Amino acid sequence: MTERILMQGNEAVGWGALAADCRAFFGYPITPQNEIIEWFAREFPNRGRVFIQSASETGSINMLHGGAATGVRAITSTSSPGWALMQEGMSNLANAELPCVIVLVQRGWNTTRHAQTDYTSVTQGGGYGGYKTIVLAPKSGQEIYDFVQIAFYLADKYRNPVIVLSDAILGQMMESVELRTLDFEPLPEKDWAIRGKASRKDKSKRMSSIAQGMVPTPKYPNLCSFWRHYSEKVNTIKENEARYEAYQVDDAELILVAFGYVARVSKEALLRARKKGLKLGMIRPITLWPFPERIIKEKALQGARFLVIEDNMGQMIEDVKLAAQGHTEVYLISSMERHLPIEEGAIYPEKVLEIIEKLI
Amino acid sequence: MEKEWSTGTPRLWARIPVPLAFCPGCQHGTAIRALCEVIDDLGIEDNTVLIVGIGCSAMAFILTNVDSMMVAHGRPCDVASAMKRILGKDTIIITWQGDGDSIAIGCEPTIHAAARGEKITTFMLNNSNFGTTGGQLAPTTIMGQVTTTTPYGRNHDHGYPIEASEFLGNLRGVAYSARGAFTSPANYQKTKKYMKRALEKQIDGVGYSFVEILTTCPSNWHLSPKESLRRIEEELIPQFPLGEFKNVDKIE
Repeated sequence: MTERILMQGNEAVGWGALAADCRAFFGYPITPQNEIIEWFAREFPNRGRVFIQSASETGSINMLHGGAATGVRAITSTSSPGWALMQEGMSNLANAELPCVIVLVQRGWNTTRHAQTDYTSVTQGGGYGGYKTIVLAPKSGQEIYDFVQIAFYLADKYRNPVIVLSDAILGQMMESVELRTLDFEPLPEKDWAIRGKASRKDKSKRMSSIAQGMVPTPKYPNLCSFWRHYSEKVNTIKENEARYEAYQVDDAELILVAFGYVARVSKEALLRARKKGLKLGMIRPITLWPFPERIIKEKALQGARFLVIEDNMGQMIEDVKLAAQGHTEVYLISSMERHLPIEEGAIYPEKVLEIIEKLI
Repeated sequence: MEKEWSTGTPRLWARIPVPLAFCPGCQHGTAIRALCEVIDDLGIEDNTVLIVGIGCSAMAFILTNVDSMMVAHGRPCDVASAMKRILGKDTIIITWQGDGDSIAIGCEPTIHAAARGEKITTFMLNNSNFGTTGGQLAPTTIMGQVTTTTPYGRNHDHGYPIEASEFLGNLRGVAYSARGAFTSPANYQKTKKYMKRALEKQIDGVGYSFVEILTTCPSNWHLSPKESLRRIEEELIPQFPLGEFKNVDKIE
């Protein structure tokens, strides 16, 4: 039987990374993700793996760049202001096509309060160059543990950075997590890895660059050829990797759309509404990019309305509206509907239910 | 358009698909040749990884026949630290940087890699201005020097040049720090010796090693190649004296 232990969501990142055979962690302390960096400091060196505390988040992301370039699985974590500092590195990792995982434990603006305010930044790509990164949004400790493994798999599969988007509530909450190792399809060999010529039979030189398309290579003789390749990759990911969880959507007149901790709150509201006989459903995007637009469009065409619930001022609602293409009404419950009119408040099922009853 | 370019040494050559981008009289090519000769001497070609940032120094990425990486401006020491820790002592990690890359935008990674005593080697080419972007103020611009962003000469309002070799030599994690130049055959040989010693410190796993090399930038200095060499001797060396500033075999 697989072991099951009680742990913090932040610690689940470490155990998940271990299950994925991650070899290196680089990070800089920032609340509310400090338990992640402390976990790696405690657990990695004694397992012969690499831990470095960087001098800043720009340091972390560039160390991650070095780590990923060697071909081993490497990870970093941060919270919102640190995430902002990492954007240049994200651009470079995407252009250099280096697989790696970044865990972002969101907080509200620059306060240490919980929130989901980095949705747009993670899904649109906050850096330069117009890159895209897969974003996985867990809702529990178990999912954080599992999604870190999925993130490494997807990163290797597409040679692209992958983000696991957590938040202060998920990170600080303690839950029982089953330590299971997930199985994936075999991945291509990392023959691009920079490890010195001696690591290759033919002793040929390898180069890794953040300026792909600038220095002509047989693969990409110019910038447009690289862009063509990159956009094909982006389209393949969009086509194949959109993941979501749909709940009671078949007869639903109003469909809730929520991710992360808010998805759990929303589901509770849904269950209570169903008991009252209200026809409610829910779609929980698991990948925030690529966004599961097909199911949204399908339900919009069938006449369902949408209620987006997110702990920010309304960011995912843009994606829902785009997917619905004007075929239906899309409503929003934002941070302004917290159960307490102060920053410590969270979105509670009661508030959600109250608004549902008004809408339906 | 593919052409072959050689360092003159028997083994280190590269086939490059682009024209050489160095200006006439620039010493970056000389510096890369010295590097290749040192790598050849030490027999470490097959297990060396060269990391460059952004700037004229980035050309070394193509011009050396070792595994190489081009990374973000100023960040080679961060990238190098991670790679060394993962690949272990048998892989020699070199960062090849300009003065802007190393001690302006890259000040934090350089200082902290040095302070952590990372077993990596940095070669910093100091031409006292930002070459690639057209000759702006650098942290190594000397007092009175005219650049495009100090059009009336660097004065007290612009602050003072950073003496990187002396400064880094003061950090405990540093095993070796030296400054050389290529103004004469004797200086070339001496600089090569510094470069070799720096790499030996890494091979022996002592700590961080650093060599600063004063190089010309005729285009942005608006001097001929010959006058540029004279400028290094007469103006730069008095400000940035040549020699070894730290050389230890063990860090306590």
